[in-house]
Amino acid sequence: MGDLVLTKQALDRIDSVLANMLKRSGAHTVLLIDKAGQIISFEGSMDQEKVSSLAALTAANYGATTAIARLFGEEEFTLLFHKGKQENLHFSNVGEEYLMITVFNNNTHLGLVRLEVQKGLAEIETMFAQNLREWFNA
Amino acid sequence: MAIISFRSDEIHCKIVYYGPGRGGKTTNLISIHKALGHQARGELLSIDTAGDRTLFFDFLPMDLGSIGKFKIKISLYTVPGQVRYNDTRKLVLKGVDGIVFVADSLEARRNNNIESLQNLNDNLTEQGKGLNSVPLVFQYNKRDLDGSKVAIMPIEEMERTLNTQGRHPSFPGSALKGDGVRETFKKICMMTVVDVSARLLKEKGISLTGK
Ligand SMILES: Nc1nc2c(ncn2[C@@H]2O[C@H](COP(=O)(O)OP(=O)(O)OP(=O)(O)O)[C@@H](O)[C@H]2O)c(=O)[nH]1
Ligand SMILES: [Mg+2]
Repeated sequence: MGDLVLTKQALDRIDSVLANMLKRSGAHTVLLIDKAGQIISFEGSMDQEKVSSLAALTAANYGATTAIARLFGEEEFTLLFHKGKQENLHFSNVGEEYLMITVFNNNTHLGLVRLEVQKGLAEIETMFAQNLREWFNA
Repeated sequence: MAIISFRSDEIHCKIVYYGPGRGGKTTNLISIHKALGHQARGELLSIDTAGDRTLFFDFLPMDLGSIGKFKIKISLYTVPGQVRYNDTRKLVLKGVDGIVFVADSLEARRNNNIESLQNLNDNLTEQGKGLNSVPLVFQYNKRDLDGSKVAIMPIEEMERTLNTQGRHPSFPGSALKGDGVRETFKKICMMTVVDVSARLLKEKGISLTGK
C-alpha cells in the first residue's frame, strides 16, 4: 500500500457516485474506506465520530473474515452482511485495497441495496478503469 | 499509509502502539485521551478486552492541528501484545505510518520485549517494510516502579537490547502516571508527518509547506 493522494476532482466524482447510490437504494449512509481503516469518502447521515469507528472496525473485521476464509481454502468472502432489528450493514470489496460499507434501515430492503451497490461498484470500477490507485494518484 | 486529501486539505495517518502483553499500550492511549481529550475526534474505542488484556485492538482518532494548510488527523491503535494474537497484530499493523514500541521495564519481561520487537520486525517485513523504514519511537514504560521492590532494568540496558544501534528516539515513561506519554506521542506524530511529507515530495513532487 502506498500513500493515497486525492484530488478535489477525484473526491467530487467519488462523492457523486456514492450520493447517487444512496438516493437510488434508500440506504442512509455509505462509506468508501481503505483496508487499513482510513476513510476515503463518506456520504450520509451517520454521525462523524461513529463513522471513524465504523471504518476502523470494518477494516479489522474484514481482515479477520478474510483470514477465516483462508482457513477454508477460500481466497476471501467477497460480500458481508450484518442484519440488526433496525440497522443493517452491507460490505463489499472495491478493487484490491478498498471497501465499501452501506448502512440502511428498514425503509428499504437488502435486494434493492444489493442491486444499487452492484451498480455503484460497477460505476466506480469502470471509472477507475484498471487500477484504482493509478486513477487516484493521477 | 497516509491519505492526503486536496479537497479538505487533510492528511490522515495511522500510528500503532506495539509491544509485549501488559507492557502499557492501552494505558498510553487512556492517558493520551485524558490529557489531550480536547483534541480527540471521538471516544477511545476498546474492542474486546478481558480484564486489562486487549483481545482485538484499541482505537483513538485525534486532531493534531495544522501544518501549512493541511490539517493533520491521526488514528491511534494498539495491538494485543499476547503472543498468540499475531494474526490480529498483522491486521492492525496494515498500512501503518508510525510506531511506538512500548517496552516493559520489568526485569522479568526482558525476553518478552525482545520477542515482541522481533515479531514487529517480522510483521513489518511481510509488508515490505522494516524497523528502520518506518518512524519508530521507543518508550521504556513503568519507570514509576524504579526504586520499588520489583526489579527494573536500567534504561541503558534497555537501549542496548532494544534500540541496538541507537537509531530511534526513546523516552522513559510511566503510562500509569502519565509521565513521558505526551513526549512519546508528540515525537512519533512529528516523525510520522515529516516522513509522509518527505515521501510525498520525493514520490509525487508535492510539497506540503510550499505552493
Ligand atoms: N506501575 C505501572 N503499571 C503500569 C504502567 N503502565 C501500565 N501499567 C499496568 O500494567 C497493566 C497492563 O497495562 P495495559 O496498558 O493494559 O497493557 P497492554 O500493553 O495494553 O497489554 P495487552 O493489551 O495485553 O497487550 C495494567 O494493570 C496497567 O495498569 C506504568 O507505567 N506503571
Ligand atoms: Mg492493551
